[in-house]
Amino acid sequence: MAEPDATVIDGVLASCPDTVKKNRKKHLVVKNEAAGCCQQIEANTRTIPGIITQRGCAYAGCKGVVMGPVKDMATITHGPVGCGYYSWGTRRNKARADERTPADKIYSQLCFTTDMQEPDIVFGGEKKLAKMIDEIVETFHPRAINICATCPVGLIGDDIGAVAKAAEERHHIQVVAHNCEGYKGVSQSAGHHIANNNIMEKIVGTGTERKPGRYVINILGEYNIGGDGWELERVLEEIGYTVNSIMTGDSSYLDLKNLHHADLNLVMCHRSINYIAEMMEKKYGIPWLKVNYIGIGATNESLRQMARCFNDPELMERTEKVIARETARVMPVLEQYRKICEGKTAFAFVGGSRSHHYQYLLRDIGMEIVVAGYEFAHRDDYEGRQVIPTIKTDADSKNIPELHVTRDETLHREPNEYLGITKEEYEDLKSEVSLNAYEGMYPNMRDGEIMIDDANHREVEELVARCKPDIIFTGIKDKYVSHKMGIPSKQLHSYDYAGPYALYNGAVNFARDVSEMLLTPAWKLIVPPWEQQNTTEGEPNA
Amino acid sequence: MLECLPDKAVTHTAGKINPAKTCQPIGAMYAALGIHGCLPHSHGSQGCCSYHRMHLSRHFRDPVVASTSSFTEGASVFGGAANLKTSIKNVFAIYNPEIMAVHTTCLSETIGDDIPNILKQAEIPEGKLVIHVNTPSYQGSHITGFSGMCKAMVQYLSESDGVQKAQVNILPGFVNPGDMREIRRIVHEMGIRMIMFPDTSGVLDAPMTRKYEMFPAGGATVAEIRDAGNSALTLALGAFASNAAADLLQEKCGVTGIPLKLPIGLKATDAFIMALSDWFGTEVPGSLSLERGQVVDTLLDTNFHYQGKTVAVFGDPDHVIAMTEFLITMGMVPKYVLTGTPGKAFEAEINGMLGEAGISGSKVKADGDLFELHQWIREEPVDLLIGTTYGKYIARKEDIPLVRFGFPILDRAVHPLMPVVGYRGCLRLIEQISTALLDRRDRDALDEDYELIL
Repeated sequence: MAEPDATVIDGVLASCPDTVKKNRKKHLVVKNEAAGCCQQIEANTRTIPGIITQRGCAYAGCKGVVMGPVKDMATITHGPVGCGYYSWGTRRNKARADERTPADKIYSQLCFTTDMQEPDIVFGGEKKLAKMIDEIVETFHPRAINICATCPVGLIGDDIGAVAKAAEERHHIQVVAHNCEGYKGVSQSAGHHIANNNIMEKIVGTGTERKPGRYVINILGEYNIGGDGWELERVLEEIGYTVNSIMTGDSSYLDLKNLHHADLNLVMCHRSINYIAEMMEKKYGIPWLKVNYIGIGATNESLRQMARCFNDPELMERTEKVIARETARVMPVLEQYRKICEGKTAFAFVGGSRSHHYQYLLRDIGMEIVVAGYEFAHRDDYEGRQVIPTIKTDADSKNIPELHVTRDETLHREPNEYLGITKEEYEDLKSEVSLNAYEGMYPNMRDGEIMIDDANHREVEELVARCKPDIIFTGIKDKYVSHKMGIPSKQLHSYDYAGPYALYNGAVNFARDVSEMLLTPAWKLIVPPWEQQNTTEGEPNA
Repeated sequence: MLECLPDKAVTHTAGKINPAKTCQPIGAMYAALGIHGCLPHSHGSQGCCSYHRMHLSRHFRDPVVASTSSFTEGASVFGGAANLKTSIKNVFAIYNPEIMAVHTTCLSETIGDDIPNILKQAEIPEGKLVIHVNTPSYQGSHITGFSGMCKAMVQYLSESDGVQKAQVNILPGFVNPGDMREIRRIVHEMGIRMIMFPDTSGVLDAPMTRKYEMFPAGGATVAEIRDAGNSALTLALGAFASNAAADLLQEKCGVTGIPLKLPIGLKATDAFIMALSDWFGTEVPGSLSLERGQVVDTLLDTNFHYQGKTVAVFGDPDHVIAMTEFLITMGMVPKYVLTGTPGKAFEAEINGMLGEAGISGSKVKADGDLFELHQWIREEPVDLLIGTTYGKYIARKEDIPLVRFGFPILDRAVHPLMPVVGYRGCLRLIEQISTALLDRRDRDALDEDYELIL
């Protein structure tokens, strides 16, 4: 590929008006190792009006990402029809019945929307919402209900909290109201935060059941796209962990109530779920560990860190055994794909940790992500959590209520007690494993590679022209743009409806799918024979 | 799957469970993509634009580019004028479209942004255009939004120069680019000059060239839409999607508008061709007679594959109306007919057709939802389901074959390129329906009943 340097950024922004250029320049960083420290990137600020952004809204973050996958809650979108309709079955959060949640308590395939009409906007939609709750309870008998607000609901002042409270009294089930109107904050991120607050404030801590097992863990920020969560469960349970809850992929309301009956929280997607990890640490003392199960090396490292937390030689031995067996099983397969992928470069604009996580898996097969970014991340996702105290709150982030949890005097225990280790052992552990911390994507990027926040349509086009990647990992809105440029593109929000891509089996699936994309014979057939001047013209990136 | 459904039939009155429609702005966005060099612009918060681009991209498997006013809470409180003005400035500076087509969202509608007034104050570069339509999501459906944007094209762009030209305007309705290409081919076969708008062929079915064009070669040009005011005739295909624009064109420029069904099925295609032939005095070419003859021949060859079978059909009203007519032509029994788009005209039209065909006992509903349709099917099953991808849950649960038809189709490919309109479309529909039923027969047959030739 062409080597990116600082002038690339100027080139990328060349066609923008000055005000846009000035704004966007702060969102693009070329990693300069000589700088010695982590370079600052602007993030979680407003998108410029008129810019073709890939960002969504608070509703999408709250309902679409975090609350929607809770399989045994009937989630009502309160608003006109569109928002509920678009978030209906589109995130691939796989869910199945189990001994705690029978099949008749799963509502994942249904879309409930109040379908507000003009009179509801004029006279208020509370009555319609209350009626819909009554009808859903009567028809489906859900364990609990979510109400997710859309833009007009906040504007007309429907008090969904009051509707929820009244419905709880009528039906004796929990009804959780989420004021996740689309205009809140600057992206989906606001909605993640709102959902986290509500789960923490209203659901976690209301249950009294601890699942059996010595090492009970939660997997937070894992949405079970393509069954990733299940591959995690397979391996973790074999090692000897009890998975209390995958949150919120294939999660149940019952499990969320008992989220605090765990010894360790694992954080997959830092952006969407770090709030709950942090709040549970404060309230109950439960430590959390940022993990990454994308890529063999990353998986092995995360498994070892987990085992190290509990300081149990037997657990460590079982961990090493599984690591050895699984690694030996999949590495030869990955080696086959490495032959195809070696030396290829990629762009990744996806998720709230994925652009970081997939760097490890791609390196396993000899590829490098040279431009990486997020749609809705904050500075800490790029630069690490140590920058959090220095982030200034602006007007948009102030609109998201901060939930201030305090220590639960009855349930709080010291972190070392959760892990079953002594205070001294815990101190030692902290120096070896970074608990309750995340270093961000920056340290994993290499010199000259680019980090980009809220990448927009034109910037992606310009970066492609300059850096000529072999593949782009992104979402549906960029996918076909990339294809039209002659560059394979894989959706990493939905995995192009394949997966799982996590852990060992996932790595093989991913390597196979990427190799197949690169090798698709049609890439060589773009130029018709009657237009071919020489033999190389029909090939991508020739 | 769907074990949560109630055992007994229930009625629900508030809201929708599994809606059979979506909101206005996505229809407006799709229509706007049918203008050459046009960037659709969503005036509201980002999520709407993102959802609409996502959904259209999934159906068409092609780039769908649109900009947004990116409201945050501030704009929601103080109004979105500044956001729209900044957007217009940035869009023309960065993306340089010929024209921007603004549609509103339920957010900007609820706060009451006065778009025409904002546009008057905006800096629009010389030679560039901005049109707009109000698309509150709490009225109508995506079809209403599509219709609104078509009307806005006439309102802002069409002009009469006082000299009528021997050309026809075709308002194709909310159909795929493949359908638009087929409609164009039929009119060309007739030897009649035409202007079709919107026209998403060449935009959402663009070929792979390794050159990405933000504004591809397709789409109706602004000049064409302007010239539509000089045409002799407008054919409005599909009342829900096209009548409003045709009516305005008649009112504004005096172009006679004829409302027709979408040319899906034999009779609706006949009516389309006859309208052209009658108005322009053109003889129908042998090529079209041949195609028509092939359809009738096929219907007579294969009637026993589908005749008498019961079918549930749902989707957008114009699609469902034309499809129901064709199903009756095929000798099938449309037992449940449902659209999510509100409008009593739908029920009247379908009931009229069923009555004329002597079919009784069918359930017909506008502004319905798929939960209700599913309840009907559970009470009394049908042999075949025809509708969008969202029907696949009902199809699996009730073990009924599904023929995918309409918008959106998210789980199958090629459909945006393959027409369902015209006589060729008839053959494709017959093939799909007949194959679905025969596959089922083969699958269910006992060994002794499993036959080579069907």
